[in-house]
Amino acid sequence: MKDLRVERDVQTETNKIEARGVQVFYGTNHAIKDVNVDILDKTVTAFIGPSGCGKSTFLRCLNRMNDTVASARVEGKILLENEDIYDARVDPVQLRAKVGMVFQKPNPFPKSIFDNVAYGPRIHGLTRNKAELDEIVEKSLRRAALWNEVKDRLHAGGTGLSGGQQQRLCIARAIATSPEVLLMDEPCSALDPIATAQVEELIDELRTDYSVVIVTHSMQQAARVSQRTAFFHLGNLVEYGETGQIFTNPKDPRTESYISGRIG
Amino acid sequence: MSDLNNNAAPPSSPAAHEGSSLYVAAPLMRRRNAAETRFRLYGMLAIGVSLATLAFTLFTIFADGVSSFRQTTFEFDVTLPAETLDPTGARNPDDMAKVTTIGYKRVLEESLTAYMAAQGVDLMGVSEKDLGAFISGDAPGRLRKMVLEDPNLIGQTIRFSAFATGRIDGYFKGRVTMETAKLDSNISPEQLMLADRMVEAGILVQKFNWLFFTNSDASDTRPESAGLGVAILGSLYMMLLVVVMSLPLGVGAAIYLEEFAKPNRFTDLIEVNISNLAAVPSIVFGILGLAVFINFAGLPASSTMVGALVLTLMSLPTIIIATRASLRAVPPSIRSAALGIGASKVQTVFHHVLPLAMPGIMTGTILSLASALGETGPLLLIGMVAFVVTPPASPLDGGFLDPATALPVQVYSWASRSDPAFIERASGAIIVLLAFLVVMNIAAIILRRRFERRW
Repeated sequence: MKDLRVERDVQTETNKIEARGVQVFYGTNHAIKDVNVDILDKTVTAFIGPSGCGKSTFLRCLNRMNDTVASARVEGKILLENEDIYDARVDPVQLRAKVGMVFQKPNPFPKSIFDNVAYGPRIHGLTRNKAELDEIVEKSLRRAALWNEVKDRLHAGGTGLSGGQQQRLCIARAIATSPEVLLMDEPCSALDPIATAQVEELIDELRTDYSVVIVTHSMQQAARVSQRTAFFHLGNLVEYGETGQIFTNPKDPRTESYISGRIG
Repeated sequence: MSDLNNNAAPPSSPAAHEGSSLYVAAPLMRRRNAAETRFRLYGMLAIGVSLATLAFTLFTIFADGVSSFRQTTFEFDVTLPAETLDPTGARNPDDMAKVTTIGYKRVLEESLTAYMAAQGVDLMGVSEKDLGAFISGDAPGRLRKMVLEDPNLIGQTIRFSAFATGRIDGYFKGRVTMETAKLDSNISPEQLMLADRMVEAGILVQKFNWLFFTNSDASDTRPESAGLGVAILGSLYMMLLVVVMSLPLGVGAAIYLEEFAKPNRFTDLIEVNISNLAAVPSIVFGILGLAVFINFAGLPASSTMVGALVLTLMSLPTIIIATRASLRAVPPSIRSAALGIGASKVQTVFHHVLPLAMPGIMTGTILSLASALGETGPLLLIGMVAFVVTPPASPLDGGFLDPATALPVQVYSWASRSDPAFIERASGAIIVLLAFLVVMNIAAIILRRRFERRW
């Protein structure tokens, strides 16, 4: 397993997202308990933890996708570049253009490949004419390492691609709106190992431009792609730090049990 | 894992199958298979019975109704004498209009007698007046209209075709026989025999009855000239109005309830009441239409507008329920995908969810339109059963407010008349109604196919 972090050294120490005292309730169920975390710019941050530990819930707080769940209630502060995204003045729709998201199951729109990628720029008015739109689509598809495979059939359906291609199409769709943060909710769990490797390589590449937050079940994946890792357990953020440190020298016994396979 | 150390065999241990052969069906298996066979038979029986009923219904309707598309017609030369039709000779329309249909009826009788003599058909004792009774009551009126429109025809001899009366027509369709004619004051066996001879001479012919589709309703004494023109136009207008009113309202309401409204007690109440409305008997909607649209709002009774409003109210619940069901069937991942790249709620619904729900919405809408098309009860109450002679004007001239009738109502009113010729007409009207439905269903299938195009 090659360590990708050596090849691309774009570490920064600027905080992109600062979460302070975040609590999430689903009805009476206390899903996230007082989480504080700083997510760095131009870094891949992995959230790991056993099923139901709240890592996906917390991820969905970062672009307010939890707003769409009627019973969900979020407390605390999440600052994106020092602006509280839960402030009453913030329109979640506008926020989601800045904080893109890739889902667990590839979910391209039942439209053409071109329209899938062009949809975001179109609704956000990022382009003035067709040429600019073409350019964004090509750039996004190239960025998602999909261009060469689909450039001859841009107007074929997006759902006709293979699973891995579909997921990369979804990544292209997410980066076409030029987000600052890219959230990925187990992006490889529905993919085969080869497609997974392609997507992982892509994630590492994206780090040069974006702050990437990835939720994953696979500790190997977290170790491969991330620079920072946060371990969640039962709604608590147990440990957060350098990926290397978390996997080789965890401070909390629960983290150690998890990465050595005793819990989870 | 401690279960393995337990000595007692679990109930489903391999021991349960010991000594049994796979080649021999176990008793329980036989009972299960028998149940399955029985169920299949019930299913096939049910389908068989429904198909047989449908086939029988269609057969009866077509057997009775197809003949209404054919009509026994007189073809003969009519001489238009100037001295009776235009006594002043000035071709002045006002003077010519003073000659009533009675005058034209005499012209027709004389011309037919003369034509028969020319063709060598012996009247064999049938009087000229009885011969004139062969010609439909609407023929003099049509001839008069022709002449008033084109006064130059006067003095000429023209080829004229006139419908035979319902009795003569019925004779050639097997409805009237020599035996029934003996008991019938309207027709005699001698007249029927004369009709036979006229067929041989080519004066009486069977023709496709185009006027059945364009004529308006006719009085009890002249079933031959009764047509569906007003009913077809009325049904067509109502369907147009119902689509225009119920589709946006119903789909809009469903989208709001399904995608935007916060679920609370009030929306629950609305939901329950929509389902209740779908079950309200249609006659109740008729009373409502009468009270609200005619008595309160003052819209003209019998008009297609009022009919369409009532039918819209009736189809709304079905459309809303069907739309909500198809919206709910759209996978949530599509919504997340759209929201996740920053589409607003409205954009998510209109760009992604609605197109995917469209086939279901179309099917639901067309089904409810089809049932609205066949609705009779409420239309009776708002006066669409009236005897309407003038077809409604074009929609641009306010035709939606003109009195009209509808296909199912026409079927009802014909079926309740005494002359059996109207029963034939009613079956013919049912065939036209069925054709309407088939066209609508085919449209539904085509729309579904178009919208269902997925990659």
